[in-house]
Amino acid sequence: MPTLNDILVLLPEFYLVAAACLLLLVDAFMKPEQRGALHWLSIIVLLVAIYLVVAGQPQGTVTAFDGMFVRDRAAEILKVFALLCVALVFVYARPYLVDRKQFQGEFYTLMLFAVIGVMLLVSAGNLVMVYLGLELLTLSSYGLVALNRDSPLSSEAAMKYFVLGALSSGMLLYGMSMVYGAAGTLDLAALHGAASHSGLPHLMLFGLIFMLVGIAFKLGAAPFHMWIPDVYQGATTPVTTFIASASKLAAFGMAYRLLEAGLGDLSHYWQPMLAAIAVLSLAIGNLVAIVQSNLKRMLAYSTISHMGYLLIGLVNAGPEGYASAMFYAISYALMGTAAFGVILALARAGFECEEIDDFKGLNQRSPWMAFLMMLAMFSLAGVPPLYGFFAKYLVLQAAIDANMLWLAVVGVVFAIIGLYYYLRVVKVMYFDKPEEGTHVVVQPDAGLRVVLSLNALVLVALGLYWGPLLGWCRQAFAG
Amino acid sequence: MFNHLLSLLIWLPIVGAVPVLLAGSSRPNAARWLALLFMVLTFAASLFLLPRYDAAAGGLQLVESHVWIASLGVHYGLAVDGISVALILLTTFVGILVVVGAWEVIQNRPHQYMAAMLVLEGLMIGVFCATDALLFYVFFEAMLIPMFILIGVWGGPRRVYATLKFFIYTFFGSVFMLIGLLYLYHKAGTFDLHALAALPLSLKEQSWLFFAFLIAFAIKVPMVPVHTWLPDAHVEAPTGGSVVLAAVMLKVGAYGFLRFTLPIVPDAAAHYVWLIVVLSLVAVVYIGYVALVQEDMKKLVAYSSVAHMGFVTLGIFVGYLLVRDAGNVDAAKLGMQGAMVQMISHGFVSGAMFSCIGVMYDRLHTRLIKDYGGVINVMPWFGFFYVLFAMANCGLPGTSGFVGEFMVILASFSANPWIALFAAFTLIIGAAYTLWMVKRVLWGEVGNAHVAEMKDINGRETFVLAAFAALVLLIGIWPEPLVHLMDSSVAQLVQQLGTHKI
Repeated sequence: MPTLNDILVLLPEFYLVAAACLLLLVDAFMKPEQRGALHWLSIIVLLVAIYLVVAGQPQGTVTAFDGMFVRDRAAEILKVFALLCVALVFVYARPYLVDRKQFQGEFYTLMLFAVIGVMLLVSAGNLVMVYLGLELLTLSSYGLVALNRDSPLSSEAAMKYFVLGALSSGMLLYGMSMVYGAAGTLDLAALHGAASHSGLPHLMLFGLIFMLVGIAFKLGAAPFHMWIPDVYQGATTPVTTFIASASKLAAFGMAYRLLEAGLGDLSHYWQPMLAAIAVLSLAIGNLVAIVQSNLKRMLAYSTISHMGYLLIGLVNAGPEGYASAMFYAISYALMGTAAFGVILALARAGFECEEIDDFKGLNQRSPWMAFLMMLAMFSLAGVPPLYGFFAKYLVLQAAIDANMLWLAVVGVVFAIIGLYYYLRVVKVMYFDKPEEGTHVVVQPDAGLRVVLSLNALVLVALGLYWGPLLGWCRQAFAG
Repeated sequence: MFNHLLSLLIWLPIVGAVPVLLAGSSRPNAARWLALLFMVLTFAASLFLLPRYDAAAGGLQLVESHVWIASLGVHYGLAVDGISVALILLTTFVGILVVVGAWEVIQNRPHQYMAAMLVLEGLMIGVFCATDALLFYVFFEAMLIPMFILIGVWGGPRRVYATLKFFIYTFFGSVFMLIGLLYLYHKAGTFDLHALAALPLSLKEQSWLFFAFLIAFAIKVPMVPVHTWLPDAHVEAPTGGSVVLAAVMLKVGAYGFLRFTLPIVPDAAAHYVWLIVVLSLVAVVYIGYVALVQEDMKKLVAYSSVAHMGFVTLGIFVGYLLVRDAGNVDAAKLGMQGAMVQMISHGFVSGAMFSCIGVMYDRLHTRLIKDYGGVINVMPWFGFFYVLFAMANCGLPGTSGFVGEFMVILASFSANPWIALFAAFTLIIGAAYTLWMVKRVLWGEVGNAHVAEMKDINGRETFVLAAFAALVLLIGIWPEPLVHLMDSSVAQLVQQLGTHKI
């Protein structure tokens, strides 16, 4: 029987489900011209959810529904940032959607259900819960990618995403069933104790490998990255922003729950596998990104390489490694929202602003937007004093602490290669002349401008003073 | 205020960049005056270093230390010794001249140019103050961003190629240093340079770290064979960018050797000292010959910078041969002192040379030697300064260029006469390439109709060149204050040369 306590532990999630359903109803009865209210309501809903997560924060770790749901510091931090990212997406998306006559309630409700999926996933205490959260997230994401149904590119992306996503979910589920067969439990905490002395070690490893495939797919790490470029490019930019931010936080949460909370005792098996995936992701992501001419696609490949760095942190398999990987996931989410936010701010009706050439001479048309994009690019490239550098620094430190100096060296070598394509965007914005006919001075929506500026300036602020955030991340995994 | 003098020096120009940017392109003059104001304020603040820094006591002074990242034990640690003080003064001084020099020259978005210069200045000062390796690295790398923009936006025709090469080349070097620093942190649990200096390390570890540092700093100095970014960057950079690059940024590399290689990996440095000495001599001799055949004035001065920086690395590292093999501490000190004086002197001389070339470029929009000829006939005052700086560049006694080179040659003679022989080649080659350029540019009949129309330097340009000239002569005739300022710090560095960590 669920007790009152169980419900209180899940209060933010229950609240969000109720709010999302309510918004769906409100939307159905709302006149199209009043739909602006829905936008504000959704943002308020998210802010209240953030408040509930922070205010209801328990002392230590609390579980609910017989260990199905875990509310600990790691989950709280990921939830706060995921909710924040979705709120940012809402702010950035509105002018874009209005311009394209896609300003519909579905976008908001699907987004809210996706973020509920994120919250359940990062709090999962049971293999079933992991799967449920993941499916809620991905099913909503398929819908979001397909939202722009008139665009063949979007439909293709959604189809690819769905087919590959279903395949990877199948792999994950298959792996989970093997692990269940070997350990006899679905509970992650119980699994942690049972994993290393299972009577069927081969079955256990077999399951682990399939689960790793599922995790790598969700992260978008090579060689399971094929969907990333198509989905990033094909989805409308707000949806891409979501997939690049909140969804990556969720993927990190899932990796942590499955690998550490569940199969932490088998870390000596999965460490080398993750290291191999990390190196592959760094190589493929950085090398292929160089030749892209579409910015969204370039950022997609850059995501693949960033997931490689995140995995370097996970390879450490110790509290500091997880802290560094979480720090990295948060940094990537904030950099992703900033970079895509600039694309959204510059897009106008009939103009996506997603080709790198669209940014030509941006400094002469809109110096502030160019400056914000420059911050995002240098942060993604990992140039100090921006946030992205310190995230990279921490995962490299984690690799060295795990006596994997070679992995750190591989990491920096690909950082140099990666630097090139980020610099290219800065080059296009600052050094090139604007093309004829694009002399329009861009004046994005005021609210968007302020929020986007804050988003990008946070990359500087967290670069100058990242102690507290790192402190939280470390606290989440200490002891 | 005085307790945070170093922070003030770092942040004043960086914060000052904000109002300069806000002045915007619509009010370029406001941006220029604001930039000048902040540069002058920073310079004035840096002058307070002189009374506050006790040169006789030496060591690190004006210490500021705040916990930056508590969970990692990383500190925002600043302090200066005599060498840092000299370099900071060089930086703030050059900063003013760069802003004045760019006054009317930069017409395209002057506010952004000035803001980038201010940020760059703050970051360079930060490098010279940092006592925490991570903080040093942050400043060291962050410097690249404003310079990248400066070259890329206001540079010459091949600016994009040059600035990308500059950024990626330098970044390439420094990430290996980052790995080295991470390894040191892994061993010591701190980034404090003082603690890292005391950390015992085996020769194998030291060797790896030595090469990690070497690649970072050798690219920055730059040493042969990783100097190829410099001529490109110099040629394409706007005048102000070239001046800052040559006058201050190159010194950051040499400064890195002093702060990292010497204290942290002394045994490996002693072990590989011949590598550095040979590379330095190659820079002096071979790059000197390369400079001789250049047709582009900026490229010529860029190569001559590489050659002159060869003296700096030679002066620093020849000390290992003197201290460890011969026990000749005095000669080592002389060499080190020579290297330091050479750093400061080269800052003024190369800055002045690039300013001179900038003056000519502003008139004819070409840097090729063959496009000039007989400039002295139309620009006598300019000719006066140009010849003075050219003499300093070839190390004429009485100019600052002489003092450092002479000290380094003397010191290396004690170590090995062959080193001194090759190093002394510079007196011939340096004179050859500099004077030959002067001959082709200044002397003779007026080269062509364009040259005939050149106007002599105006008040603003005279101010810049006269300021450089005053310091070049001051250090040349009376180097004592500069030597005294750095004396005890140099003695400490020399002492570190003899320290064994194994």
